[in-house]
Amino acid sequence: MTSSFAENLDQIFVLLKHWIVALVPVPLQPLVGAVLSVAAIIVVFATLFAIAVLMERKGLGRMQNRYGPNRVGPLGILQPAADGIKALIKEDVVPYNADHVVHFLAPIVLVVVVFMGYAVLPIGRNMTFVPMDAGLLFYFAMGASAELSVFMAGWSSRNKYSMLGAMRAIAQMISYEIPLLMTSVIVVMMTGSLSLDKIAEVQNQYTWGLPHWFVFTPMGFAAFVMFAIAATAETNRSPFDLPEGESEIIAGYFTEYSGFKFAEFFLGEYVAMLSISGLGATLFLGGWSAPLEVLNVVPSWFWFVVKIMTAMCVFIWMRGTLPRLRQDQLMNFAWKFVLPMTLLDLMVAGLWRFMGEGILRWVVCSAILLAAYVIGGRAGMKREQFGPRSYRYAE
Amino acid sequence: MLGEGILKGLAETARNFAGSFVSKERLTTVQYPEERAPAIEASRVFPFLVYDGPEWEAGLRCVACQICEKECPPKCIYIEKSKDKKPDYVGKLQIYPARFDIDVSVCMSCQICVEVCPFEAIKMDTEFELATDDRFGGLLHDRKSLAKSNEYYHTIHPTEAAEVDARLAEEKAKVEEKARAAAAAAAAKAAEAPKSEAPKTGEGTEAQ
Amino acid sequence: MPSNPGDVILFVILSALTVAGGLAAVLLRNVVHCALALTGAFIGLALLFLRLDAQFAGFAQILVYVGAVAILVVFAILLTRSSETPATGVFSKTWLAGLVVAAAVFAVLAWAVLQSEPALPHAPGEPQVSVMQIGNALMGQYVLPLEIVAVLLTAAMIGAVIVAMHEKKETAK
Repeated sequence: MTSSFAENLDQIFVLLKHWIVALVPVPLQPLVGAVLSVAAIIVVFATLFAIAVLMERKGLGRMQNRYGPNRVGPLGILQPAADGIKALIKEDVVPYNADHVVHFLAPIVLVVVVFMGYAVLPIGRNMTFVPMDAGLLFYFAMGASAELSVFMAGWSSRNKYSMLGAMRAIAQMISYEIPLLMTSVIVVMMTGSLSLDKIAEVQNQYTWGLPHWFVFTPMGFAAFVMFAIAATAETNRSPFDLPEGESEIIAGYFTEYSGFKFAEFFLGEYVAMLSISGLGATLFLGGWSAPLEVLNVVPSWFWFVVKIMTAMCVFIWMRGTLPRLRQDQLMNFAWKFVLPMTLLDLMVAGLWRFMGEGILRWVVCSAILLAAYVIGGRAGMKREQFGPRSYRYAE
Repeated sequence: MLGEGILKGLAETARNFAGSFVSKERLTTVQYPEERAPAIEASRVFPFLVYDGPEWEAGLRCVACQICEKECPPKCIYIEKSKDKKPDYVGKLQIYPARFDIDVSVCMSCQICVEVCPFEAIKMDTEFELATDDRFGGLLHDRKSLAKSNEYYHTIHPTEAAEVDARLAEEKAKVEEKARAAAAAAAAKAAEAPKSEAPKTGEGTEAQ
Repeated sequence: MPSNPGDVILFVILSALTVAGGLAAVLLRNVVHCALALTGAFIGLALLFLRLDAQFAGFAQILVYVGAVAILVVFAILLTRSSETPATGVFSKTWLAGLVVAAAVFAVLAWAVLQSEPALPHAPGEPQVSVMQIGNALMGQYVLPLEIVAVLLTAAMIGAVIVAMHEKKETAK
């Protein structure tokens, strides 16, 4: 069977893996295959992490009308290497009263859990590491476990500010997990499967050259916006970065971490950002499918990486623009605006399914969502009257 | 809360981002070791001693009155008076400092020494690249390294230096005026004395 | 007989993890360490579910227990005063009665498990119950228990909000 050059390029990593695994005796083959995939994921996403860090520093600099770092290497491209070396050679200071075991385990738990999420992301056609039936559920299970590491970090430092930062971070992550899950449920409703490969495949169909990405449907678009907000809050990223508020509680839950452990937290945060961008790309932006039908000659894994890096650019853009949200504003926003909108979106998704094909369902669903957004927004804009303050004291 | 503020903000940052590649004057920073930001006139870092004329030892304005030493809050100035005297800018003989040390690590750039100096001898410099790898001796500046010319003072603080020069020139003019008046009076007296000496020798002796 | 020794080794490791986590949760002195050991036991249990190819149960176990219940336990420990290590020992005086009760419960559970058919280990094949079947069952056959549980949860949440609000009204007077 003749496969064209484009198809071969598309499947090049799969073919490479099969070729290497075939060189090994049969009993060891599953093990070698697994190790190869794990090594590939770690190498690729660590490199993307380095690129993301560089993009952030230079991008933020340009947005603030200054150069970013430009001394290390031409145009500063070796800056992540310099940062890595600095983090490795710094002295690892652990407070005397800190709980050493838990203090040591917290960054490890974070990094492990965050990298586990990549096992179910479809990075290209046939390129999911572990194609699972309940892949989406696995991803969210790993995301929920990351909160535990935040708590461990904050508590083991025996530091009031770390503990406070950890409490805030966990409260924020838990509140925004519900919109995150519900917006994914909308996609699951439209697909009928929890498996991320199937979700990406379903979006790979084209009508008049335009793809069937879920972001192009009214409730998919609303869900995408809310998923983006929830994803920004889940990874403690500006404007929701109060837990690591650099100007308020120094560094929040990782105040007492220095050297390589701090680098692990940093790595964990950026890798989580890449991972959740990958999930968003898979759920809403079609995963590895090309934007236009003609562009299918370009390999699928290339589109996936392009979508992830575009999402990172948007994250960086938001960080450079928006001021930080206060803790109560953050929680208010989650529970009083995003969550009701998500529930409404779920109902609209059901309505979409039960209305027939045609232009009517587009108009009706868009109208409902837009009306809810405008009414919700107007209601939120009424400022509450500030009377004399009442205090609640902890008994 | 409809989100248009966020979109406006995002547009502004995007404009900044694109503009920073296109127009260089948008950038607010300078590439430090190669370029320096232009210095403001009123900036101050560390004091220096002013000297008039080509030679620093002869033209040093400081007369070792030790007022700045006493007024300095962290006591970073150390002065030792000389044993002999040298003429100052009006020609009067003044003592001068044999030692004048200021410690960079102690000085807090408060400018009090400049404010209290009655002789316009110590002024604030704008040079900040004073780092050295000698932790003890390198940070103690003696009078030779502190002495900088009046022309240099003009380049860093032009208006101040012009004022100071004007004031000193006024003082000098006054002193010279007095000297000339005294000389004229003395000459007049000397001229009168021989005229009235012949008739009244007793007056001459009385007038002394 | 087990199909391959790798399976047995896996089972031994996972059950050792779970039992160790459970034991540590009751034997450690520091309460937060106990909570973290309990989380380890939850993870062990989830892995045991996954070993039996019950994907939904395993992932839901992690998502709910580790992601929510463990955090809840930890918050509850921290917001009360018991984060200091206890001065006295952790063994209670009535340990013999506790041992007898635990042995009795274990005996009942073991009898129940051994009586039922799927107690004998067999090679795990295709997942016996897929998520779609669980979903169909929840929405079809078991929809009434589902709705009752939802009402119960709503009542619990409203109760929690009222309890918190009631305190605020009292102190504001």
